[in-house]
Amino acid sequence: MTIRKSTAMIAAITMLAVGACAKKAPDTLPPVPEGTGTDTGAGTGTGVVPGSQEDFLASVGLSGDRIFFDFDQYNVDSADMATLQSQSQWMQRNPAVRVTLEGHADERGTRDYNIALGERRANAAKNYLASLGIDPSRINVISYGKERPAELGSTEDAYAKNRRAVTVVIGQ
Amino acid sequence: MKTSVVAAFGLLLSLTSGQALAQTVTASSQTENSAESPEVVATISNNRTIIAIPSLATSSVQTVAGLRTDSLGRQIAEVIAADLERSGLYDPVGPSGVRAITRAEVQAPRFADWQARNAENVVHGFVDASGTGGLVVGCYLYDTALGSELVRKGFEIQPGDWRRAAHKCADAIYSRLSGEAPFFDSRVAYIAETGPKGNRIKRLAIMDSDGGNHRFITNGQALAISPRFSPDYKKIVYVSYLNDRVRVFIYDVAAGSQKLVTESRNTTFAPRWSPDGTQILYSMAVGGNTDIYRISAGGGTPVRLTSTPGIDVGGSFSPDGRKIVFESDRSGSQQIYTMNIDGSNQQRISFGGGRSATPEWSPRGDLIAFTRLGGGEFRIGVMTPSGGSARMLTNSWQDEAPTWSPNGRVIQFFRTTPGREGKSSLWQVDLTGVNLRRLPTPQDGSDPSWGPVLP
Repeated sequence: MTIRKSTAMIAAITMLAVGACAKKAPDTLPPVPEGTGTDTGAGTGTGVVPGSQEDFLASVGLSGDRIFFDFDQYNVDSADMATLQSQSQWMQRNPAVRVTLEGHADERGTRDYNIALGERRANAAKNYLASLGIDPSRINVISYGKERPAELGSTEDAYAKNRRAVTVVIGQ
Repeated sequence: MKTSVVAAFGLLLSLTSGQALAQTVTASSQTENSAESPEVVATISNNRTIIAIPSLATSSVQTVAGLRTDSLGRQIAEVIAADLERSGLYDPVGPSGVRAITRAEVQAPRFADWQARNAENVVHGFVDASGTGGLVVGCYLYDTALGSELVRKGFEIQPGDWRRAAHKCADAIYSRLSGEAPFFDSRVAYIAETGPKGNRIKRLAIMDSDGGNHRFITNGQALAISPRFSPDYKKIVYVSYLNDRVRVFIYDVAAGSQKLVTESRNTTFAPRWSPDGTQILYSMAVGGNTDIYRISAGGGTPVRLTSTPGIDVGGSFSPDGRKIVFESDRSGSQQIYTMNIDGSNQQRISFGGGRSATPEWSPRGDLIAFTRLGGGEFRIGVMTPSGGSARMLTNSWQDEAPTWSPNGRVIQFFRTTPGREGKSSLWQVDLTGVNLRRLPTPQDGSDPSWGPVLP
């Protein structure tokens, strides 16, 4: 229960702070809360299992699990590279861990094309991680297209946050 | 009783559940066929033909499988009226707007009464117990001015198939009056949606073309998208996120089981049947590159049809099975292309601004429906197979994924509204773009797939 709660907190703060570290920072986001980083509340210091999703998020930072893309694009830019480098360092410290890279698109595309586009984005992230020495067999790819928006609004800000590739720890 | 019915129709075939159907005799000769014309269904005007449709009469009120023949007479008339109204061509007046008729009137209409109501046509019919646990439904269309019979249909049906008898009757009336092929007695597979936008529950569902006989197929535990009915309605090909993978499955409707279209570690999606149901198109993403493949519906080795480095996706067979229309971003943005079924002769056909996607070849072969993305809108449009005469039929924030009526005269699609509470719903529009209406579904809906007319 404690672990669950803190996971939820981290996830919530991550969502709020997504833009702060992203290259396409939406203007409307609240400031990053004080005392973020590893100090996200009870449990982080004591309950985090090494190699877990929680541990991953604590390591890569609040928005460090995802990279963002321009409209209809899938290139990994320098901000994305920094994010993925941070992820690869954690993966190298946890060599048994496998991850899923979820590719997503904003809602302003047709369904099938967006699945192809999300797949492209997730693979772009996977390929960059592989170039950093991560064994690609540790990385699953799944495209959700426009099926699972992180932001529910129909604004350019929301779209920018939904065009993403998210790394999720799936276990050892 | 049964003898007299059979005698009245001359030929009476039986309509049994889930099978090939009833048929009939048309009293008058076939009408001139305007199927050659590439033009629109009809000019929509304010003076649509008024068709009176009183409740179907019954010889004696009986209860068959819990259904009263007199109640069914009214319900069948209501379904016929709703079908004809939805076609946009007629102004039907159903049982609530006209007087009831006697059983004797069915074959001896009082034409003067209906002319006095300004009805140019009147539909009469009856519902009787068949004596073998079924129903006999008769359906007649008359011209009130000429006092002549235009359509005569009879169906011996299982009680649960009464809606089909109504659709068959409406189809006969529509075909006789418009000269077009029928389309009401057909089914639709689609995705039923519930839940918050960020975590939608999406279930495979099927229903009649008017929303009747609705049934959920999957339970919503795995995301389901992009279903397509097989031409015989026995199977549905669709994409399931079962076990957190994106794969094309063939669902067997009668057996309630499903199997993979192809064994692959890669993402497979965007499936379509060939017109004869023997082959399936699907798209497969390999390392971020998506191409289109064709495989026998029974399995086997897939044939890769595209090989450009971009996204080649979707696809729809021409009705003769010789060509495929699909979308590709090889030019830099989504556009529509055609190719032969072996992948040769790939040619771009969509031009003229914006992106174009989700092409669907009309069952008539004369048009391709598609989604045009541009100017902040997603609109449903049609163009010829060579890309000519493109025109838009809808105008909304996000209309997507057209699917054709069996006669190539009406298009269903789904419409999404913007915002955090944005929802999707099923709509249909005819080729004039004028007759636009929402289809009733128990939940939100997307990804409609309209099948052929039932036999």
